[in-house]
Amino acid sequence: MSTENGVIYRISGPVVTATGIAPRMYEVVRVGNEGLMGEVIELHGEQSVIQVYEETSGIEPGEPVIRTGQTLSVQLGPGLLTQIYDGIQRPLPKLEETMGVFITRGVDADGLDLTKEWEFVPTVKVGDELSAGHVIGTVQETETIEHRVMVPPGKEGVVKTIESGSFNITQTVCKLEDGSEIAMMQEWPVRHPRPFVQKYAPDVPLMTGQRILDFLFPLAKGGTAGIPGPFGSGKTVTQQQLAKWSDAQIVVYIGCGERGNEMTEVLDEFPHLIDPNTNKPLMNRTVMIANTSNMPVAAREASVYTGVTIAEYFRDMGYNVALMADSTSRWAEAMREISSRLEEMPGEEGYPAYLSSRLAEFYERAGRVETLSGEDGSVSVIGAVSPPGGDISEPVSQGTLRIVKVFWGLDAGLARQRHFPAINWLSSYSLYPQALDQWYRDNIATDFPEVRTEISTLLQIEAELQEIVQLVGSDALPIDQQLTLEVARMIREFFLQQNAFHDVDTYSDLKLQYDMAKAILNFQEEGKKAIAGGAQLEDVVNVPARTDLMRGRFEEGYDGRIEGLVAEMSKQIAASMEEN
Amino acid sequence: MSGKEYRTITDVKGPLVFLNKTEPVSYNEIVQLRLSDGSIKNGQVLDTSDDQVIVQVFEGTASVDRQTGVKFLGDVFKLPVSKGLIGRILDGAGRPRDGGPEIVADDMADIIGAAINPYSRQSPESFIQTGISAIDACTSLVRGQKLPIFSASGLPHNDIALQIARQAKLVGSDDDFVVVFCAMGITAEEYNFFVHDLERTGALENAALFVNLADDPAVERLITPRLALTAAEYLAFEHDYHVLVIYTDMTNYCESLRQIGAAREEVPGRRGYPGYMYTDLAMLYERAGLVKGKKGSITQFPILTMPGDDITHPIPDLSGYITEGQIVISRELHQKGIYPPINVLPSLSRLMNAGIGPGKTREDHKSVSDQLYAAYAQGKELRGLVAIVGEDALNERDLQLLKFADIFEDKFLRQSRDEDRSIDEGTLDLAWNLLSNIDTKFLVRLDQKWIDKYHPGEKKGEEE
Ligand SMILES: Nc1ncnc2c1ncn2[C@@H]1O[C@H](COP(=O)(O)OP(=O)(O)OP(=O)(O)O)[C@@H](O)[C@H]1O
Ligand SMILES: [Mg+2]
Repeated sequence: MSTENGVIYRISGPVVTATGIAPRMYEVVRVGNEGLMGEVIELHGEQSVIQVYEETSGIEPGEPVIRTGQTLSVQLGPGLLTQIYDGIQRPLPKLEETMGVFITRGVDADGLDLTKEWEFVPTVKVGDELSAGHVIGTVQETETIEHRVMVPPGKEGVVKTIESGSFNITQTVCKLEDGSEIAMMQEWPVRHPRPFVQKYAPDVPLMTGQRILDFLFPLAKGGTAGIPGPFGSGKTVTQQQLAKWSDAQIVVYIGCGERGNEMTEVLDEFPHLIDPNTNKPLMNRTVMIANTSNMPVAAREASVYTGVTIAEYFRDMGYNVALMADSTSRWAEAMREISSRLEEMPGEEGYPAYLSSRLAEFYERAGRVETLSGEDGSVSVIGAVSPPGGDISEPVSQGTLRIVKVFWGLDAGLARQRHFPAINWLSSYSLYPQALDQWYRDNIATDFPEVRTEISTLLQIEAELQEIVQLVGSDALPIDQQLTLEVARMIREFFLQQNAFHDVDTYSDLKLQYDMAKAILNFQEEGKKAIAGGAQLEDVVNVPARTDLMRGRFEEGYDGRIEGLVAEMSKQIAASMEEN
Repeated sequence: MSGKEYRTITDVKGPLVFLNKTEPVSYNEIVQLRLSDGSIKNGQVLDTSDDQVIVQVFEGTASVDRQTGVKFLGDVFKLPVSKGLIGRILDGAGRPRDGGPEIVADDMADIIGAAINPYSRQSPESFIQTGISAIDACTSLVRGQKLPIFSASGLPHNDIALQIARQAKLVGSDDDFVVVFCAMGITAEEYNFFVHDLERTGALENAALFVNLADDPAVERLITPRLALTAAEYLAFEHDYHVLVIYTDMTNYCESLRQIGAAREEVPGRRGYPGYMYTDLAMLYERAGLVKGKKGSITQFPILTMPGDDITHPIPDLSGYITEGQIVISRELHQKGIYPPINVLPSLSRLMNAGIGPGKTREDHKSVSDQLYAAYAQGKELRGLVAIVGEDALNERDLQLLKFADIFEDKFLRQSRDEDRSIDEGTLDLAWNLLSNIDTKFLVRLDQKWIDKYHPGEKKGEEE
């Protein structure tokens, strides 16, 4: 690719205008004497407008701008897992080595270690006919994850040679008859979705171990979810819970314009947390992108694409991948800032007119697909949204809600009451239950959907009753409705509340969730009977075994004990009838 | 270094000066303007191209005319740093304000500040005892945290900030804090209050002050906190100090930001504040923390006054989205005569869990804190109910909780301005004492093992 030289004409924050070059849209260019990385985002007569991924202080008009012929791409291959990158896939540990603890500028770093050798085990043989996406061999990338080396998109042919043994990721491991060579590393332009054969409707839940999510508002593998909420309401904690406990095989966690310390927390914690599905540290399956709020905004804009491209790459190997983006609002703000420097005509609240189509394009990269190699793989996308003042009538929330299928609405009021996760059970929704119900019947319990409906109906009824209680006090209600209120309280306090920081409570598997829900319905059932038989509501509610049942969830081995605890509760409630 | 002086100003708009026909000028370069009367103003390049340069003038553009000479100094804004900053008072642009000599620089530090590599950070986890029960028990502060005070006009946030500055210490360590104080647009009276207090307690010798007062140039406020944080970073990461940065009032800072945005005719975000205010604030707040391999730390206490007491106003809102919690000052408590009037319910310390517990504060801290919070929240809610239905409608439990809310405010929150309570006897034991006004069976957030060990009426071995 030919390179041409131009010069800087103007600098305004992260946006630089160059003259004297005729690059393509989205081409990567080198800006200024220090060769800062930038990307062409607008062509305007003689001028090329460039967003620069590093700080631009001190740069002058007249400094050079050089074309590279490349578009913004990521390196894909063994070595992605356990890594932490900035928004343009520079490994942060590498940056620390060269720059120290503060991120300065003008340093390039490959996304992958090009010299490290990996043990390549071929899975095809000479004479096999290959097409793009076909797996040609594997590498044990981490303790738990086998990296499947694929024919890069665009290549196909018959295997002429295939090697096994130790190679670095740029060495050829396979040659095709037409002379083309395949190494373990491939590159992919981040703004283009990677190809697949077809999308399927998701029909398997992504299990997260979070009761309110899995039970009431489930996300499917390959689905999309949005978590809007005001500051301090639990977006990050929820995202981190999903990164920890969801049953995805690969997790891509994007810290997009958020706090540095939150990334440090993940880095500190994940190597020590054990994945309940593999019994190995969670770090093995995790890739992190950290472009914090004080890092350059253009790289923040790119970080989301970098993350989703890596997610798609693992999907193409046939894995279920979960991607968290915290927070998509900061991504949208980066777009807004760049757009305003371009003096584009603003849309709502100053966001560019293309905001909602960018959001849609991003979430469209989620999905459960048939991969090019015929496997089943998925990318689930969970985006946090940070609406100003917590008011979701703003453009980013609205643009997100139009696309995502699951809405986990965080509520400032619940957070203030320390009801965590502060997900509002009345306003949240999931459009997946219908597609997932068969799975629940087959794998958890035949009446799972009905139990869920009963639980959510009770919560609805409670909301209606509460309106009356506000006016007349709960004593004025008939006793059966008072019991309903107690049952709903049990749902909230025993089931919906879940402490992310408690060693045991932090995770409940779906079977246990079902058992807990049944326990609540059992309490309702027995309570009704006892009251009909003359028992006092207070006595029914206060049987010691109910307290034991509720407290028990904080203790190890609860799933084995819950049945006995429920039986004891039923017995005591029945006995409360006899006392009268 | 371009020593050339240009007289090519074309437009002057608000705090901005536009000029053309210059040789290449670099982005963010510092600028000196010489007015016809010989006086000097300072500025910084906001936008630069072959045809036009836009300069923001810190002292405002009063008296600037087309004859004004503009000189580009060939460098970005830097602060001379050395340990000699400690004990000094500088103005909002970093010049001595205390009549003392210029700072003898060991180094010149770029004030924009580079981002800390997230990989190089260390998680904050050392408890700082402030001696204020509401904070220590319920929104515990840790070293390296950024915890703003959300206040409003007429409330004693300055007293609280000063009390924290005086009393803050790490339990079981004699590492001292150095205070970096940054004033942005506060009144001379407020400023004197700070200085006198720091002087009275001898803390001034251990502090560096950067001062831009209400009658100082408004645009200068945009650099004052950057100077303060640059000094803080230097002291923390070059000289191992634990630095406590107090800056007040962030609201004035944001007003200046809005002024520049308006002058540039930018598309405004919410309520006229620039769309990039989140990022701009993050460039300040994120300069708190600890980094691997360095002994020092930066803990930040930004103070902001919420316009109209509104926590959803963009200034507190965007701050809350960046900081690691907030301490909310309540007008209602203040009017009741309670000092410090900290409303613990909307207050939060997100790093609290990492900083408390056995070996750090005390094993029962989390339990006690949860119980205090729950009991006070319920008690307060009951006040509303009682106003409608009267106390007669309450059952025994509710009556106790109602009473507890008053006790909590009167005995736990309330303390004097120089009362320095230790976390164990001073704060947690006091909490147990007050909680014992509620029947133990209603204290559902307390683990039985802590009740056996700490409850004044139930301690094992102390009955009878
Ligand atoms: N599931 C949970 N269990 C226990 N505590 C929680 C839970 N979720 C949230 N919290 C509490 O709420 C605090 C704030 O949560 P979090 O940091 O996730 O908020 P956020 O919505 O990401 O805020 P911001 O927009 O400012 O980043 C946490 O520090 C924690 O104290
Ligand atoms: Mg968050």
